[in-house]
Amino acid sequence: MSPKPLEGIRVIDLCVVWAGPFGTMLLGDLGAEVIKPENPFVFQPMTRGAMARPPQALADNSIAWAGGVPGGNIGDRPWDYSPTFVSLYRNKKSFTVDIRRPEGLDVLKRLVAASDIVYENNATGTMEKLGVTYDWLKAANPKIIFIRVPAYGSTGPYSQARALGVHLEAVMGHSLLRGYSDADPSSNTAIYSGDYLAGAQGAFAAMAAIWHRDRTGEGQLIEIGQAENAAAMFTQAIMDYSLNGNVQGAITNRDVLGRAVQGVYPAKSPGTAATMDDRWVAISIEGDDEWSAFAAAIGNPAWASDPRFATSDARLANHDEIDARIAEYTATQDDYELMHRLQAVGIAATPVLEASRMFDDPHLRTRDFFRTQTQRSSGTYEYVGPLWQLPETPVEFYQPPVMFGEHNEYVYREVLKVSDDEYQSLLAGGHIADAYDPSVP
Amino acid sequence: MQALDDLTILDLSQHIAGPYATRLLADFGADVIKVEPPGGDVARQLGPFQGGEPHPEKSGTFFYLNCNKRSVVLDLKTAAGRDALRVLAANADLVVESFAPGTLERLGIGYEFFRGINPALPLISISNFGQTGPYRDYKLNDLTLYAFAGEMYSMGETDREPVKMAGTAALFESGAASAVAMMGAIFSSKRHGIGQHVDISLAETHFGGVDRRHATAIAFQFSGRKTLRLASHGGGMPGGIYPCADGYVDFTNGGLYPDRVADMLNYPEWMDDPRYSDPFQRMDPAVIEEWNGNFIGWCIERTKREVWDEARRAKVLCGPMFTMDDLFTDTHFRDRGFWAKASHPALGEVEFPGRPLIMQRGGWELRRAAPLLGEHTAQVLSAAGLDAAAIAAASGGAA
Repeated sequence: MSPKPLEGIRVIDLCVVWAGPFGTMLLGDLGAEVIKPENPFVFQPMTRGAMARPPQALADNSIAWAGGVPGGNIGDRPWDYSPTFVSLYRNKKSFTVDIRRPEGLDVLKRLVAASDIVYENNATGTMEKLGVTYDWLKAANPKIIFIRVPAYGSTGPYSQARALGVHLEAVMGHSLLRGYSDADPSSNTAIYSGDYLAGAQGAFAAMAAIWHRDRTGEGQLIEIGQAENAAAMFTQAIMDYSLNGNVQGAITNRDVLGRAVQGVYPAKSPGTAATMDDRWVAISIEGDDEWSAFAAAIGNPAWASDPRFATSDARLANHDEIDARIAEYTATQDDYELMHRLQAVGIAATPVLEASRMFDDPHLRTRDFFRTQTQRSSGTYEYVGPLWQLPETPVEFYQPPVMFGEHNEYVYREVLKVSDDEYQSLLAGGHIADAYDPSVP
Repeated sequence: MQALDDLTILDLSQHIAGPYATRLLADFGADVIKVEPPGGDVARQLGPFQGGEPHPEKSGTFFYLNCNKRSVVLDLKTAAGRDALRVLAANADLVVESFAPGTLERLGIGYEFFRGINPALPLISISNFGQTGPYRDYKLNDLTLYAFAGEMYSMGETDREPVKMAGTAALFESGAASAVAMMGAIFSSKRHGIGQHVDISLAETHFGGVDRRHATAIAFQFSGRKTLRLASHGGGMPGGIYPCADGYVDFTNGGLYPDRVADMLNYPEWMDDPRYSDPFQRMDPAVIEEWNGNFIGWCIERTKREVWDEARRAKVLCGPMFTMDDLFTDTHFRDRGFWAKASHPALGEVEFPGRPLIMQRGGWELRRAAPLLGEHTAQVLSAAGLDAAAIAAASGGAA
């Protein structure tokens, strides 16, 4: 079998929440060995779920992506199968150690000596409090690559700010640039798109730094100011201000580049939004040829040949009226059927796919996109697949979402080669465990 | 030196996702040779334009995506254009393209063409739905990408249509994911001698994305539960988006740390209401609503920056909702060197976000502004050994 792209690269994952773990997951997908040290006495919020031992009612009352646990039952090991956790922790290993204590920190130090990358995105000051600084890492391994993802960077007045993706996106303008143009922005649903961008670029930076290290023999410190990194996603708004002084605002589902007609329209629905059975179709029509093709595909209704809709500029000026006409039509149409019909004439149209429906999609099935994984704590389920297909070095899901402490034996015995005496002593000290300490809520 | 300055990327990609990925490689030193058709990358037609009038050298979107690259015009529909491509590919470490699937093969420059030049040379193909499957030839843009493959369904008000992200955010995310695959392909090629044709489906880069899409999918598999479209993310003390004196501020999970919230508010009298400290009453929507009534009063008396100052001091999760005006004038980002300036022949001096991240060694440098169409055709092709006649033929006379 071909070696994976990152075969032989070891990454220590000291990450929390989403942005960091997404980056290390991508490295794991490319074949790096990603090891997550976990503390049996400290629960990292929003990583293995909201709490180590949440009450059943919390899971039941949480939105599905947070509370939708296997069989709806919070069970004995909720930290192993929170939906947000399992979607970020394939292809990683877990071992336990309390790095707040000297003997635990020493374990980490030995692992650092045997690793290439340390990756963290904790709240500012957390690593410093633990003593895990770049200088400390360098003393353990002069060639170490240390990737940090502070929300607003390590310097300046905002460096101490606490933030999730949604907050730093607010600062970079996203919260005022998205949402309904006719509604108060307080209606905006929380979003974490910056976690995607920073996670992917963290993985990219890790590989760039390995490349650099192999050329020069030097490790280094990398800082991804997550807010700064997210700015790329708002390029049109930023460049419009830079070039023209325009302050853009929310445009609902219209095209930021001004192409009309574009929108999200109701489709024939088996139920309502309350039961998550409402259906919508997103349609983007560019230029006169596509407009004519669209009109033909929906049976050339009289309104479509209205001279007020004849040119791009005219359609832009009368967009609201066109939207109403299109919506009237689409409301009677099946979303998938309409997609196929419009795509057949070259128009970008898709259902707004509620997540459960992706598993029935014939295209994804044809491409063998889904992967079945079995985790002892939760059972066997079908998960979404990798982000890219590299045929000669395929992304394999060789390790299902990792259970807490699943690789204690491997890390202590095979990687660190601790003596039996030390192993017993760490076990007695509570460092080595397969569950959170009962004192952890 | 820069980390990637020993790499040459032959970049045939256009629009947003591919060029954003190769800009990242260019930012860290790779020599990205941007091959454009005689009419130019379609991104040259994308606004915003300086002055509002479409002009192929005045697109802000194109500018941002293509700094640090060199532009070479090749007419790949001609034998001369393809011959020049062959010469450039012989010196490349990676080839990137984003044509509709099947286009390269029709032109006779599919993966076999590149493999014939160098078996270890990876080809990255970025397409809407991938190189195979029933939707292979379907169209996709930022809206439909997010609608179909991203988490649009749960964004917005329950009784209204789902709503997208700003700008073309979804395409930028796909671009960042593509840059990771590009580095992976380079590692396989250079470390292990493995060439391959990498298939990137924009849709798949989102189905597995971190912004709740994977989680909503697996939550359904686990529990049969679906994720409701719900406006705001309120219900906390505080939690959600609040008006303030000059705009809005966004809070999350304040209720987890009531002591921090009290500290942020400087312990106003109304916080002494015992119902606000009782853990059970704190979950009562009526109590939460009343608390928020008081809290809005506190917000309204302060600007977004003042609210954030207090939140930062007390370590409360908060973000002020900045306009572009706020962002451009903000001293934190300015003092950190976030903004870069480049001089461009058509646009003049342009200010834009520079480094995507800070590498202590071998990091980002601004080597050149986005290239004019074909600016480097003669330079690159003559360095590759083509004479003037061959250059003119290859570029369709554009050089």
